[in-house]
Amino acid sequence: MSEKELLDQIDRYLNGEMTKEERARFESLRIEDAAVNEKVVEHKHFVGLIKQYGERLELERRLDAIHEEIDVHTLEDELMMHPSGIVRLWRNHHSKISVAASIAIFAVLCTLFFTGYLANREINYLEVGRIQRLEKSQKALSNKVNQLDGNKSVRTNPGIKGTGFAISSNGYIVTDYHVVNGADSVYVQSYDGKSYKARVINLAADPDVAILQITDPSFKALPPIPYNFKKAESDIGENVFTVGYPIDAMVLGMGYLSAGSGYQGDSTSYQISVPVNPGNSGGPLLDNKGNVIGIVDAKQTNMAGTAFALKSSYLMKAIENIPSDSLNKPINLNNKNVLATLNRVQQIKKLQNYIFMIRVYNQ
Amino acid sequence: MSKESVNTIPTDSEVILGILNNSESVLKRLYIAYFPMVLQLIINNNGDGDDAKDIYQEAIIILYNKVKTGDFELSSKLKTYIYSVCRRLWLKRLSQMNRYGGDIKDFEEYLSVDDESEKNNERDLQFNKMGEALKLLGEPCKTIIEDFYINNRSMKEICEDFGYTNADNAKTQKYKCLQRLKKLFFQQKD
Repeated sequence: MSEKELLDQIDRYLNGEMTKEERARFESLRIEDAAVNEKVVEHKHFVGLIKQYGERLELERRLDAIHEEIDVHTLEDELMMHPSGIVRLWRNHHSKISVAASIAIFAVLCTLFFTGYLANREINYLEVGRIQRLEKSQKALSNKVNQLDGNKSVRTNPGIKGTGFAISSNGYIVTDYHVVNGADSVYVQSYDGKSYKARVINLAADPDVAILQITDPSFKALPPIPYNFKKAESDIGENVFTVGYPIDAMVLGMGYLSAGSGYQGDSTSYQISVPVNPGNSGGPLLDNKGNVIGIVDAKQTNMAGTAFALKSSYLMKAIENIPSDSLNKPINLNNKNVLATLNRVQQIKKLQNYIFMIRVYNQ
Repeated sequence: MSKESVNTIPTDSEVILGILNNSESVLKRLYIAYFPMVLQLIINNNGDGDDAKDIYQEAIIILYNKVKTGDFELSSKLKTYIYSVCRRLWLKRLSQMNRYGGDIKDFEEYLSVDDESEKNNERDLQFNKMGEALKLLGEPCKTIIEDFYINNRSMKEICEDFGYTNADNAKTQKYKCLQRLKKLFFQQKD
């Protein structure tokens, strides 16, 4: 029996087309011949796969036919969860809304830029003494008015107080620009109460440093300066102190260095946590060993106990930048520090003769 | 049964019996009864009407095959079962398309069904392979095989349709076609 004939027989057998005798004969053949039996099983399986394919195809066709009758669109509209109005508004108009928002933001920024709002953010940054200066000029004005009235000249106010300290023994003193800015005459008063006339030899707003020279003939050269200027930056947390004249007497302020940058991230300054008043402006900021690490500069009015100090390296740069033709004596910066081993009381005793009260008059 | 309206939801046992008896009307009522539920699930979870149709029909086919092969045991409501299978299939589809946001809005309670869609995958694979093999087989073989094995037509009818002079020629042709089909079917990679 050829394979083709065998297959034909299997088909008839599986389809139940055989007569009883044929069937019996075929079944006994299956039992006798394992190869035939295997063939039957194999064929049956494959035909099963074909039939399965056919059924699946038929089922899909039927399902598609049923699906055709359903109105999917209406159902979709009914079943879609409708988002709230604002979400729908956003979905429908989000491109327009985005464009409008961008234009609005741009317009606001432009307005801010052109009105100078962005450039004037330092408004709450009040230099120590600015208000006093305003008061002073107001008083000067009222004095003039009084004079016009024919009254006797009123003695001018003894000026605002700032602090300055000697940078060389031959009479050069450093203070803050804003202390002496606008002054007609400047007097410095030493710890022992002697007052000397001084002149401003260098004035620049940035950095906020002014160099004065004592021009009074009664001034005698000081002994060598006991402190030096620290070139390197100091670290946060270092104990610092300042000596100055916020009142008529010399006052010590102690605290610590609280940040390596000043107001609004100004890298030329330190932030210090030292009790400071307007008259402290221009005073030296010293570390424990008596090195000058900066000059007390300004005070941020809305932060209690916080002040700023220009770093000593920038102070030195400002001193170096003085044009040599405006100096009639050389400035020799001291680089020896004799305070390092002393305690605070002794340090201040040594220091006090080099710290001056600055009086400013303008009329 | 034919008197009942097309719109009534068939009972669960009606569906099982209907599938076993190849009842056209039960299939239709079943289909219409639960399609809106699946449509709701899919269009509210990043899909559209066509996705819903695909997923729903796949689920119906799974149910159909399970009932036919006799390994279907209804352990919950049929509605819950269909919803769960569709949910599972849709999650799988979403992650294949990278559209799955990790969150699905549910509208019905559901059970976890994993193994069923796996088993169905095997069937799917064979179905696709057979379709491919038949396509490659070409005419007239494809029609002869389909007529004989799927449509259960007799050799005599086929012989007449194709104009073979005798049944033996037709048998020879069928034999050759079947051998080629087997070859094409088993040659394909899984």
